Amino acid sequence: MSAGQLPRWVDFGLIPFVNLVAAFLVSGLVVVLIGENPLDAVRILIWGSVGYAEGFGFTLFYATNFIFTGLAVAVAFHAGLFNIGGEGQAYVGGLGVAFACLALDRYVPWYVTLPFAIVGSAIAGAAWAFIPAWLQAKRGSHVVITTIMFNYISFSLMVYLLANVMKKPGSMQPETRTFEDGGRLPFLNDLFPSLGFGYAPVNLSLFVALAACALVWLLIWRTKLGYEIRSFGANATAAVYAGISPVRTIVITMLISGGLAGMMAINEIMGSQHRLLIDFVTGYGFVGIAVALMGRAHPVGIILASILFGMLYQGGAELSFEMPNITRDMIIVIQGLVILFAGALEHMFRPTIVRLFTPSRALAAKEA
Amino acid sequence: MIMFESIILILDSTVRVSTPLLFACLAGLYSERSGVVDIGLEGKMLGAAFGAGAVAYLTANAWLGLLAGIGVSVALGLLHGFASISNRGNQIVSGVAINFLAAGLTALLGQTWFRQGGRTPSLPEGGRFREIVWPFAEQLRDVPVIGPLYSELLSGHNLLVYAAFLAVPLTWWVLFRSRFGLRLRAVGENPAAVDTAGISVTWLRYRAVIACGALCGFAGSYLSIAAGSGFGVNMTAGQGFMALAALIFAKWRPVNAMFACLLFGFLDATGTRMQGVAFPVIGELPLQVFQALPYVLTVILLAGFIGKAIPPKAAGVPYLKERS
Repeated sequence: MSAGQLPRWVDFGLIPFVNLVAAFLVSGLVVVLIGENPLDAVRILIWGSVGYAEGFGFTLFYATNFIFTGLAVAVAFHAGLFNIGGEGQAYVGGLGVAFACLALDRYVPWYVTLPFAIVGSAIAGAAWAFIPAWLQAKRGSHVVITTIMFNYISFSLMVYLLANVMKKPGSMQPETRTFEDGGRLPFLNDLFPSLGFGYAPVNLSLFVALAACALVWLLIWRTKLGYEIRSFGANATAAVYAGISPVRTIVITMLISGGLAGMMAINEIMGSQHRLLIDFVTGYGFVGIAVALMGRAHPVGIILASILFGMLYQGGAELSFEMPNITRDMIIVIQGLVILFAGALEHMFRPTIVRLFTPSRALAAKEA
Repeated sequence: MIMFESIILILDSTVRVSTPLLFACLAGLYSERSGVVDIGLEGKMLGAAFGAGAVAYLTANAWLGLLAGIGVSVALGLLHGFASISNRGNQIVSGVAINFLAAGLTALLGQTWFRQGGRTPSLPEGGRFREIVWPFAEQLRDVPVIGPLYSELLSGHNLLVYAAFLAVPLTWWVLFRSRFGLRLRAVGENPAAVDTAGISVTWLRYRAVIACGALCGFAGSYLSIAAGSGFGVNMTAGQGFMALAALIFAKWRPVNAMFACLLFGFLDATGTRMQGVAFPVIGELPLQVFQALPYVLTVILLAGFIGKAIPPKAAGVPYLKERS
């Protein structure tokens, strides 16, 4: 039952769509269980997320986070690695952004700081992924488990650093000082007031995210390294026989993955919060798993899935405002269902769909 | 003497903190020994804590609460089984999904049903498992050495604490002395061989995830209706993942699991007490060092620097009867 037996649009369009519909149907049942009208809920959710400019701005802001963490998971997927540590890598990535901004914000404008922030976040995120990568490559310790452990280690590390080392002098809050203008990315609303994004924190890092998508696409499908990554992911044993170094591939892939996850901090820290603070990641790293699964580990799919999840986040906020019974936790339920149907149960509908499409194809082959 | 008493107090809280870890760790043991990796321990615990808290509040009966906790957790376990055994889905992805579902649904339903920000209301009398005072514990309290040992450390825990520690020899017996255990371990190492012997791989693994669900049910119920007095949003706070770390640390063995959980519990209990205490040479250690230590130790163990942790061979691999 390999992917090649089906037309591409079925494999990359119909099956994810069916899985998504199943997830939303079950979500609808949950809404019914709570005693609300699911159709009304959908209407509010869509209106709140894309129905007016400011709401759409928030949707794009959340989507920016998901593009980074989704790409991170996707790159690792291509090498057959499951990077579940995006949460920790993004958190530590915040350190890189904060260092760049704290060091430069008083002396140079934001466009000089930005490259340093990008490099800083990528290096910090990659560094946090390096040890699990190295352990998987050299000592065979499973990257899933080690990255989970590193998530928890990062929580402790960041609490310690923010509460003791990086704290603003004289403040009780475990956070750094607020960045000056040189450490703040412009909001899209300030650049293009006519779009009417209002108070939505969507900022220039959206374009950094889109550039990252393009670069990942180039890397995976147009470079030698990308070919090695995909070969290794498709069949590690064969790849090793073909002369691809497993240690090199695992470590480099995880460094790229961790770096991408770390870059999520640009959007949150330099783009929106303007200071490094506790718990700014709050699950975006984990949502990256759902995004990568939905987007089939392809940059275009990831952009679409990110916007979908951005809609869920923003629309969900409106929903909890309009229907107080449906709290924001509903989004987490929907995410869980999407991960379940698009990821763990992806084989459930596939045999039926394959059966639906095989006879007509066999017929077509006979006529040809 | 003061020193001795504070050690007893630390050990006492070690036991309390270790109990849910131990249940969840043994739960993971059944599942992973059968070849089903379970990173959804956290979600199952959380679901169970909510089920137990809600039902214990409504019925004012701790036993019904426990039953509900087990029910919720087993249901989530069956979902994991359906995805990863019947549909041969990715076990990690399924576990992640279960963690999301449990986190979202418990908070959502908690708010809808009880309207206290996702918490369940405080449990009525009878809705909690109470401390059991052993015979003569009060009379022996003032006897030196034996007094504190008996009255503080052994006596005065609730039923579930004792159940957790009794589950250790029971698990050992089931896994290493019963026919079911032999087959369970075999299916985690070489499912094809078990299949060839005419034993159903699917049914064996389903029984393992049910056992896993039941034990996670105990773990979660302990949090909400024995140690606490109601469910709170995200009250497991990563303990399921710590149990997973303990399972690796124990190298998938029941008695080691107990010691691993006690060690992690001990680190937790000392961490809170060591705040502001200066050690010789290294000085004062921040609380976060103690919090991170179990995970750091597990990573070091996984790296093979202190012995090698070798998981069951078929863990994480869905079984396909015929390779096509």
